[in-house]
Amino acid sequence: MKILVAVKRVIDYNVQIRVKEDGTGVVTDNVKMSTNPPDDNAIEEAVKIKEAGKATEVVAVTVGEEKAQETVRKALAVGADRGIHVKVDGILEPLAVSKILQKIADKEKPDLVFMGKQAIDDDCNQTGQMLSALLNWPQATFASKIDVKDNKLEVTREIDEGLETIEINVPAIVTCDLRLNEPRYASLPNIMKAKKKPIEEIAASDLGVDVSPRLEQLKVEEPPKRKAGIKVANVAELVQKLKNEAKVI
Amino acid sequence: MAVLLIAEHNNKELRPFTLNAATAASQIDSDVHAVIIGQNSADAAKQLSELPVVKKVLSVEGAHYENFTAENFAPVIVKLAENYSHIVCSANTFGKNLMPRIAAHLDTSQVSDIIKVISPDTFLRPIYAGNAFATIKSNDAKKCVTIRPTSFDPCESTGGSAPIEKVDSSEEFSNTKFIKREEIKSDRPELGTARIVVSGGRGMQSGDNFKLITEIADKLGAAIGASRAAVDAGYISNDHQVGQTGKVVVPDLYIAVGISGAIQHLAGMKESKVIVAINKDGEAPIFSVADYGLEADLFEALPQFMEELNKLNTIQK
Repeated sequence: MKILVAVKRVIDYNVQIRVKEDGTGVVTDNVKMSTNPPDDNAIEEAVKIKEAGKATEVVAVTVGEEKAQETVRKALAVGADRGIHVKVDGILEPLAVSKILQKIADKEKPDLVFMGKQAIDDDCNQTGQMLSALLNWPQATFASKIDVKDNKLEVTREIDEGLETIEINVPAIVTCDLRLNEPRYASLPNIMKAKKKPIEEIAASDLGVDVSPRLEQLKVEEPPKRKAGIKVANVAELVQKLKNEAKVI
Repeated sequence: MAVLLIAEHNNKELRPFTLNAATAASQIDSDVHAVIIGQNSADAAKQLSELPVVKKVLSVEGAHYENFTAENFAPVIVKLAENYSHIVCSANTFGKNLMPRIAAHLDTSQVSDIIKVISPDTFLRPIYAGNAFATIKSNDAKKCVTIRPTSFDPCESTGGSAPIEKVDSSEEFSNTKFIKREEIKSDRPELGTARIVVSGGRGMQSGDNFKLITEIADKLGAAIGASRAAVDAGYISNDHQVGQTGKVVVPDLYIAVGISGAIQHLAGMKESKVIVAINKDGEAPIFSVADYGLEADLFEALPQFMEELNKLNTIQK
């Protein structure tokens, strides 16, 4: 079984983002960037499946500008075997990314494609489902548990009502929830070793995919601020305020 | 062209956020049709026809629709889409799972999780866990839009009488098989729709200590929430998690106990009408969004809170 894992470079989850004054986006210069957190879970799961002897190869792929390659390098340092970097600059919508991934899947013929359920920058939650549609493969979204059984997967999904379990035939797409596993840290020797692992660079333009945006981002602004609240001295005052001032209890 | 709303239901009745999605759909265009796909879902279809904003109901029945599998739903909606300008549904796990599969088939760039309809082609949506709002204009001929249910009021649920039209089902997608669903049953109000939410964080220190929260929630008729830290520490099950990776809640009253207020938690609750923070660390970020902050040890404050509530003659439910 061969597993392709898609990873995205985003602003680190611990960074308090700032909106640009001209309303064109958020500040990314000199801001710490990392792999999208649930993509780390996707890599971890693929590597675990390989370590359990149920997969033969884990390939990490990213789509984006020059520096996006860092995310592939990180995946290699925690156990992916090789990498692919599809180079493209500018804004990429999930639809464009899924079309690129479709081309990569056509070429690599993986049995499984894993990725995070959502990127924490645009919060779209679309790419995995779109890729499944384009490939006409089954999709297991928001996965918190994966059992590999020959050519099937049993996947537990986090849904609003609780948990859902489905069985999907490979080839298939799985989008990973943060609860799926605990991603490991890369050890220094493995980081050094990862530097020798191959990363294939492909220009998006060579894939024959139209990646031009369909959406116009007219404005990015700060959300309205809450007005400053007050500190209360004790519980009695708190309950009195909730009852008589806010009138919510 | 009209707007097509995808109804969410459990085959017996509509799920509540369908009403919020219907409101959003009606703000895009007054001509709203609704499609309901399921098995033996006639009662839910009838309920849908009674929403005054819905002008026509399309009902699709089949055994393979019983468990709402996106791979089975998407082809039905893609076929119907030629008659519609917009496809709309809730941005909960049902809609998040389904809509991108439809959008990709239609070669449309989806607009996810909108919180406001600015015009039929322009929408407001949060990005970066709600730390920024983006105004997005869609230039696609067909627009696929998911709506954040808590940002739209539910529509009226009675008084309408839209015609119900049967629509042919599509073939079954055989590579995905439903096994089981484990729904979490509770006598409490649902976290996503509760009027009051009482949430505990890492400061609770143990799962046992959550009984202090449970007591207060019982008294107030509130749902129980938790921060990711409390869930990860195993104090409480993850269906209680409020935040970017959990549920987004907008109650009238949100009480955060022993929660420091990480960005990802704030993303899930900062639109609440009134926010109370109880934390012994006066510098905790949760106080920056709290209307009423109490700097106190929660193990003293919560029993006192319960006592004060017991003194009240009446409590709103």
